Amino acid sequence: MANGNGASLSPPQLEIDSVSLDFGGVRALSNVCFNIYPGTIQAIIGPNGAGKTSLLNCISGLYRPQHGAIRFEGRNIIGMAPHAIARLGIARSFQNIELFRHMTVLDNLMLGRHIHMRSGVLSGGLYWGRAQREEIAHREVVEQVIDLLEIQSIRKKTVGTLPYGLQKRVELGRALAMSPRLLLLDEPMAGMNSEEKEDMARFILDVNEERGTTIVLIEHDMGVVMDISDRVAVLEFGQLIADGTPEEVRTDPKVIDAYLGREHAIRQG
Amino acid sequence: MQSGTFHTSYASDMALRPYWPQRVRIAIVLIAVLIFPWFADRYWLNLANTIAIAAIGAIGLNILVGYTGQISIGHGGFLAVGAYTAGLLAVRLDMPMWITIPVASLFTALVGAFFGLPSARLKGLYLAIATLASQEIIIWLLTHGKLLGIGESLSLPPATNNLFGVPLNALGNNDFVFYWITVGFLALTVIFVSNLFRSRAGRAFVAIRDQDIAAQVIGVDIFRYKLLAFATSSFFAGLAGALTAHYRGIISWERFTIDTSILYLAMIIIGGLGSVSGSIYGAAFMVLLPAMLANLARSVSGVVPDINSYLPFIQQGAFGLAIILFLIFEPEGIVKMWRNVKDYFRLWPFSY
Ligand SMILES: Nc1ncnc2c1ncn2[C@@H]1O[C@H](COP(=O)(O)OP(=O)(O)OP(=O)(O)O)[C@@H](O)[C@H]1O
Ligand SMILES: [Mg+2]
Repeated sequence: MANGNGASLSPPQLEIDSVSLDFGGVRALSNVCFNIYPGTIQAIIGPNGAGKTSLLNCISGLYRPQHGAIRFEGRNIIGMAPHAIARLGIARSFQNIELFRHMTVLDNLMLGRHIHMRSGVLSGGLYWGRAQREEIAHREVVEQVIDLLEIQSIRKKTVGTLPYGLQKRVELGRALAMSPRLLLLDEPMAGMNSEEKEDMARFILDVNEERGTTIVLIEHDMGVVMDISDRVAVLEFGQLIADGTPEEVRTDPKVIDAYLGREHAIRQG
Repeated sequence: MQSGTFHTSYASDMALRPYWPQRVRIAIVLIAVLIFPWFADRYWLNLANTIAIAAIGAIGLNILVGYTGQISIGHGGFLAVGAYTAGLLAVRLDMPMWITIPVASLFTALVGAFFGLPSARLKGLYLAIATLASQEIIIWLLTHGKLLGIGESLSLPPATNNLFGVPLNALGNNDFVFYWITVGFLALTVIFVSNLFRSRAGRAFVAIRDQDIAAQVIGVDIFRYKLLAFATSSFFAGLAGALTAHYRGIISWERFTIDTSILYLAMIIIGGLGSVSGSIYGAAFMVLLPAMLANLARSVSGVVPDINSYLPFIQQGAFGLAIILFLIFEPEGIVKMWRNVKDYFRLWPFSY
């Protein structure tokens, strides 16, 4: 929030440059162009099937766009493997929770530290010494994430047994454990009640403010989006129809027509 | 979940066996393992050695199948690679077992990584078929091994059974001495693998099994880790194979066919997928079941004279029946049944 206007002065952290993505005949993204600035909260909104998730999948390397470039801190990442992109400092959560269900919360978060750790099969098997020191050091980082997200009491619980809202929180925790510079969140509040949503919004703001992490947030709840984002990009049928501050987007006739108008109509009708 | 234990540091919180009942149980098992060979006869020592070797192989297979989620029907082939590598080094180069065993294990790890290459593209059943192919290729090489010059079987020179120059037969009878070797290697395997799965690489293996997309997105190079899982798994298969070669003194390819691969899969399914102790229970079950049936047949042969001619069928039938019963009633294996027993007594006398 705080750095909303100043942000556009610094060079973009992520440039989405004329990205087009086809699935057979379906055009999921067409010539999408916008920039994401360091330290901001960038929302991406749009109706179902607009291509929001597809765009995140392109950024994290799961989909490969046919055209365009995606530059992270100046470097084109299209064609890089997902694990290599993660190493650059890009973390994400998924629309449908993709946790390691049979593992504990702790193990899930420790896996978030994978890219920052070194020990392999041999030193892990021998354990005492190098691997143990590493485990302890990174456990401390993970404990900070646990404190931030207030999940101390479920540390040792198997993730699959947790209620939906907590699983969403653990998934955010796993991404945070990666200490990313860019955090992509795909509908982190979907299916939550208003109290859970408030908590989640608070965590997102905390992370953004305390750690300076850039956040890309896909969210359907307009209240939350307008409240916490610095900038909002609007997708419809794979096309970017608006990109600006919440104010600009709220008053953009195209957006009102295509998206917000419909929402309003539904809400009032 | 135990309660009432407060961990004062991350190190003790991350200990392998942090609770005192676990430590007491381990102490009891250790004592039993140490005194067993002094009372057991050669029949029981032989069974114990067979179980220990099978448990090492089963733990190896569990690393790949249970922990990493890559189904393999080729484990028998990797056992063969270990056995024949140790055997050939002993026969051709007169190398002692303390050299052949580590060399064979490492070589098998390499072969395993090679045959793991298809896992880059193949998953599930398709990968299983590819591992079946590797099994058949290995056995074909061994049976058509003009290059290797292997006959129907390979006999190891007894002199190669020595530890740093001390011949084993100077230390006691073969079964007794090998008890310490096989159980010692099993103990090392258990410690190594338990450690592996509470540290970075092991967690990455399990991540691939649970959710391979998420594993990539948090930065796990899944192809690299699948190959590592194949290599680590095969290392222990190689170790089990090499121990078999030196213990039996004679090896032939028939011990390592697809039947063996399936037997090992049955061990980890019955014992418990993704569990080190489950691998040991499963190995013990699969070794003891036919042996106990044979004992039973012997004791009733007075009443049922032809029982011995039916014995192989009874053993095979019991094998199949055991797998089916476990899959139906306790798909999580013996390790789960044992956990239920422990949970029952934990609450005792307030259990119901
Ligand atoms: N793997 C895929 N194969 C084929 N088509 C796909 C694939 N992924 C997405 N699509 C298509 O691309 C379009 C955009 O989908 P996407 O999931 O990106 O939308 P979204 O904006 O995230 O929608 P929602 O709000 O429902 O999550 C849709 O028409 C979808 O059917
Ligand atoms: Mg979506």
